[in-house]
Amino acid sequence: MKNQPRQPGRTFLWLPALALWRREVVRFLRQRNRVVGALATPLVFWLLIGSGAGPGFRLPGQPEDLTYLAYFFPGTVMLILLFTAIFSTISIIEDRREGFLQGVLVAPVAPEAIVLGKFLGGMTLAAGQALLFCLAAPLIGLPLDTAVLARLIPALLVVGFGLVGLGFLLAWPLESTQGFHAIMNIFLMPLWLLSGAIFPAAADSWVRYVVMVNPLAYGTAAVRRAFHGDAAAFGSLPSYAAALGVTAVFALLMFALSVWMVRRRRGES
Amino acid sequence: MSVPVETQQLRRLFGARVALEDVSFAVGEGEIFGLLGPNGGGKTTLFRILSTLLAPSGGTAAVCGHDVRTEAPSVRQSLGVVFQSPSLDPQLTVAENLRYGGNLYGLRGAELEERARELAVALRVDDRMNERVKALSGGLQRRVEIAKSLLPRPRVLLLDEPSTGLDPVARVDLWSILEELRGRFGMTVVLTTHLMDEAERCDRVAILHRGQLLACDTPSALCATIGTDVLTLTGREPDRMAEELQAKFGWTVVVHDGSVRVEIPRAHEQVARLVEALPGQVLSVTAGRPTLEDVFVRMTGERLCGPFFEEGKA
Repeated sequence: MKNQPRQPGRTFLWLPALALWRREVVRFLRQRNRVVGALATPLVFWLLIGSGAGPGFRLPGQPEDLTYLAYFFPGTVMLILLFTAIFSTISIIEDRREGFLQGVLVAPVAPEAIVLGKFLGGMTLAAGQALLFCLAAPLIGLPLDTAVLARLIPALLVVGFGLVGLGFLLAWPLESTQGFHAIMNIFLMPLWLLSGAIFPAAADSWVRYVVMVNPLAYGTAAVRRAFHGDAAAFGSLPSYAAALGVTAVFALLMFALSVWMVRRRRGES
Repeated sequence: MSVPVETQQLRRLFGARVALEDVSFAVGEGEIFGLLGPNGGGKTTLFRILSTLLAPSGGTAAVCGHDVRTEAPSVRQSLGVVFQSPSLDPQLTVAENLRYGGNLYGLRGAELEERARELAVALRVDDRMNERVKALSGGLQRRVEIAKSLLPRPRVLLLDEPSTGLDPVARVDLWSILEELRGRFGMTVVLTTHLMDEAERCDRVAILHRGQLLACDTPSALCATIGTDVLTLTGREPDRMAEELQAKFGWTVVVHDGSVRVEIPRAHEQVARLVEALPGQVLSVTAGRPTLEDVFVRMTGERLCGPFFEEGKA
């Protein structure tokens, strides 16, 4: 066995990113309870809250023929994306101290590869689960034709990428998973609640301004527009392209910040 | 060829706490080098600095001539790292762990498969390739971990407390594997340990205590610094025993951790005389050549690992 000549100081990008991505998907599929966990809770929320509102319940400023179950549907898709993204990033905390990630950090791997592998993995899981749920859309009268899918799939991928990014950024500096649960409850859930997921913000309330700067609101809007198109009247809801554009910018920002953080903390953690 | 591992005046602070202070040593090509010390002595800090997970606060550390701070990618390419808690994914099979582990070092395809198989055979895990890691025993997991770390054919293998969590059989196994690998691949092995028997199997040992390097030499040279034999007695009243021995024989007696230690030549000849001198007090007597434990006690006045708080650990 002789040592092969290697370029000094070289780090690898695509191959490790691909390996980390595949690892993420394989381990998810082998943990059935995770598959169920990220899908079941939003599904229960949707059925209970949506059904509880009753068939005659209408939100002000929304299309007349839209039941609450249908209004809440894109919000539930967001919750599935959020839960799956969070579950896939929360593992970083322990993985980095006593798991697979230790080996990644001491390997000649570019920080971009570590972030990209995790983001792509989490995105795949989140978008996959959300798409699975979206197959139920026709049951409550939402369209699911090729035009909808052509808008929906990019939306799920971009929103998923951004949410994994948000989770990564929050999880990476943490020492324990308990801390993450607190953040989940006091930061991420309110962000979701104020994203137009369960009610649109009234034009004369302060919540309107929170929604305006809430990145999740653009995600919810992109998913809603994916189903209904730009023609449907939803008050001040941004167009599909605008919502997706803002979400994409947010996703790229999350990526850049995550790379910066891994670069900074790799030698210190 | 550059020195496999070298540190100079290495220093690391955590806030105001000094974890390493003025640590300088060099490891020779092909050596099995042990970093010996109690928990909290600084070995893990040193391990993390060498594996590029922690930056030094001062001084330098280099692996194969590459500075850990400024040339981390080169250091990472020269190193195989074996962690105390396995860096394997328990949900993945052995083969998958090796494959993804190899990918991190830019290895792929037939070359990677070939190396993975070769190492699986060398570490005797080739019949477990398609089992999930979580189904394997601690000893097997450690072997898979070592196989993974050797995929890029590193010049230096760095191991953190490699026998932690292993049963005695797996521990003996681990050592025969390390020695075999060293002979076969000509690797340099650096490991941390708090176990005497492990340290005694190293070519050279650096003793770390409270962040300082107390000594660095071969185990036999370290033991030779004591020069004579060591007698260790236990009894219900060690302090009284020590006083009486000192008074009756004029020896320098040390009471340490409930046992009485005397350094005297030809210790075995003194055993009977000594027990008779302390009627009914002596519970056990051990006489023998000094061990690294004795060296450690002599240098620090402390035991390396008291049985009371070490037994419960891993």
